[in-house]
Amino acid sequence: MTSDSRGQSKKLALQETEAKAYKERIWKYYLRKNVVPIFFIVLCFFGGYYSGLSLPFLINEIITRMARNSFLVISLIIPILAGMGLNFGIVLGAMAGQFGYIATANFQMAGFSGFVVTTLISIPLSILFGWLTGKLFNQAKGKEMITGIILGFFANGIYQLICLYFMGNFIPIRIPTMLLSTGIGLRNTLDIKSMHYALDNLWKIRINIPGLIFPIIIPVFTLLAVAVLCVAIHFLIKTKLGQEFRAVGQNRHIAEVSGIKVDKIRVIAIIISTVLAGIGQVIFLQNLGNINTYGSHVQVGTFAVAAILIGGASVSKATIGQALLGTLLFHTLFIVSPLAGKNLIGDAMIGEYFRVFVTYGVIGLALALHAWQARQKRR
Amino acid sequence: MPEDTLVPEKTTLKERFLDFYRDFGVARLIIFGFLLFLLASALFLKLPMEQILSSILTRFGMNGILVLAMIPSIQSGAGPNFALPLGITCGIVAATLSIELDMAGFSGLFFSIGVAAILGAITGFFYGILLNRVKGQEMTVGTYFGFSIVSLMCIFWFLAPYKSPEMIWPYGGSGLRVTIAIQERLGKVLDNFLSFDILGVTIPTGLLLMFALFCLALWVFSRTKTGIALSTVGSNPRFAESSGLNVNRYRIIGSSISHAVGAVGIVVYAQSFGFIQLYMAPLFMAFFAVASILIGGASLKRATVTHAIIGTFLFQSILVVSMPVANVVVADNIADVIRIIISNGIILYALTRKEIGGDVS
Repeated sequence: MTSDSRGQSKKLALQETEAKAYKERIWKYYLRKNVVPIFFIVLCFFGGYYSGLSLPFLINEIITRMARNSFLVISLIIPILAGMGLNFGIVLGAMAGQFGYIATANFQMAGFSGFVVTTLISIPLSILFGWLTGKLFNQAKGKEMITGIILGFFANGIYQLICLYFMGNFIPIRIPTMLLSTGIGLRNTLDIKSMHYALDNLWKIRINIPGLIFPIIIPVFTLLAVAVLCVAIHFLIKTKLGQEFRAVGQNRHIAEVSGIKVDKIRVIAIIISTVLAGIGQVIFLQNLGNINTYGSHVQVGTFAVAAILIGGASVSKATIGQALLGTLLFHTLFIVSPLAGKNLIGDAMIGEYFRVFVTYGVIGLALALHAWQARQKRR
Repeated sequence: MPEDTLVPEKTTLKERFLDFYRDFGVARLIIFGFLLFLLASALFLKLPMEQILSSILTRFGMNGILVLAMIPSIQSGAGPNFALPLGITCGIVAATLSIELDMAGFSGLFFSIGVAAILGAITGFFYGILLNRVKGQEMTVGTYFGFSIVSLMCIFWFLAPYKSPEMIWPYGGSGLRVTIAIQERLGKVLDNFLSFDILGVTIPTGLLLMFALFCLALWVFSRTKTGIALSTVGSNPRFAESSGLNVNRYRIIGSSISHAVGAVGIVVYAQSFGFIQLYMAPLFMAFFAVASILIGGASLKRATVTHAIIGTFLFQSILVVSMPVANVVVADNIADVIRIIISNGIILYALTRKEIGGDVS
């Protein structure tokens, strides 16, 4: 061998090691970037194993929950892009959806037409609520998230005031069974059996698995609605409006200087989010078949936020994929944690408490990490 | 002329009134008006005013210390302490510990208060370290940190090896009870200390003395060198930094004191209430304390002992008076709804007000 060829082989070896190191770096980068979803995937497998549930049952549950919750989680994406953080104000959208159901139940509507009317009623209400929320957030720039949390509680107070004391009093209700025995105020649970599965039942695919009693059921139209929403969001981001959201999200001041009406764009972002949340709640409730009048909306914001964060989103970055993955993982945990807790420690409550802790803990941790990184970037 | 601006202009009565009005704010004016309206209707409905006044005084003393816990946190620039459940759980651990050790009366109370303060200070120290890393987002992080601690402690209450039959479920259930009755032990120890009646109004002297003691302590603290440094750090961190103060250190001190006071606050609250509430009960307690001090005139960056006293008194008075009035006039539960609307409304109001100074983005 000449010295030249030896040099070449050396170079080759060097390139190889470099490529290896580069690959390793990439691998490590992805690992660090996706540490949250990976952790939860492991946790879900672990919980799923110890829950003792059969796989088809689990898949069935997951499909149902994905169909009914994805819409709500995806509604968080636009405000994140617009730099407003996690929109805890989607609770107001959920309330709009419930007002829609109260109206249609009051007029005894049923089936798919009832569902459509409910959605149509919820949209203008959501626009109104979203507009108010957006105005409020513009007054509290930089504090949108805490304002959203408190706004949710405040709105819940107003909601209770309306449902408990105005309905049947100032607002006439035609169906006496909807009201409490005193004739004022709605009952704790509102029965919407007539619209139960209104969207899901349009087309259900049943896959029979040999040796199992329950088939796997796929509600095609509900999943289709989610898919349409995903595509719509994907294209919305590419339009001029979408670019303006992103510009505002990256830097408010630069966006303002380059002629974007920042306040208006922010209000639009919140309106879109609230409207989607309203429709999401309508889809969610048609699957459940009854409304917990004073409870169904309360946790909507927290659960949606926890889901999108578990999927790997942060306060300033979120994609549709993260929203869907997060919904999948969060709700898998929802299903398996009580049973896993029971099998591991002997009590279902432990698993339940653990899940609540994870819900709140993930949000707290994600917010803390984001604030920490934002501070380091500023330096 | 430039000199003219330095000399304070003569303020007419009208201007002074407008100044006061601006400082007081519309929201507070509405709340104050609402209280007056409630009191008037209570008088009109001939409700037993002695009982109402007694329970206002009790609830005032009961909640006061929890509200005071907000002051060091706000003064150190971390905003209202939304993570108060952290301190509260420390206080509950201390109180349950005193029962487990079979203590009663004043010894039990002082043991609980002592342990609560120490535990609160320690957790507050660590929480302060966290807060220093999340400057600008303290309120949001604090809210969810508080929530997650409460749910984590649920697992603790469930698994904790307590033995006292007063606290565990009687028939072999696992974990502590949801509410623990402490009438026999700490119950009303402070309330009944030197209490007396005037015109049918019971004055819970011990409770009010305790509250006064803590007010005094915090007031004296704010006059000490550390206290002044603390509020300097809060009102202008950059100025504090350039004058040689260690901003992060004072913020940790603020958080530590805040949680220690909060931990003591829940012990005093529980002894007056007669029950210790575990599990999810502390979840929303921070919001009422935050609302109270904001009603009293505090902002997210400025709070004094006076604000806490006025705020607690106004908020608790509304709660106490609205209950019987609502009972007679409309339905039973409306008082609770009003409480939710008022407390969150005032926090929203404070959040949306533009404040001068400070460098929170």
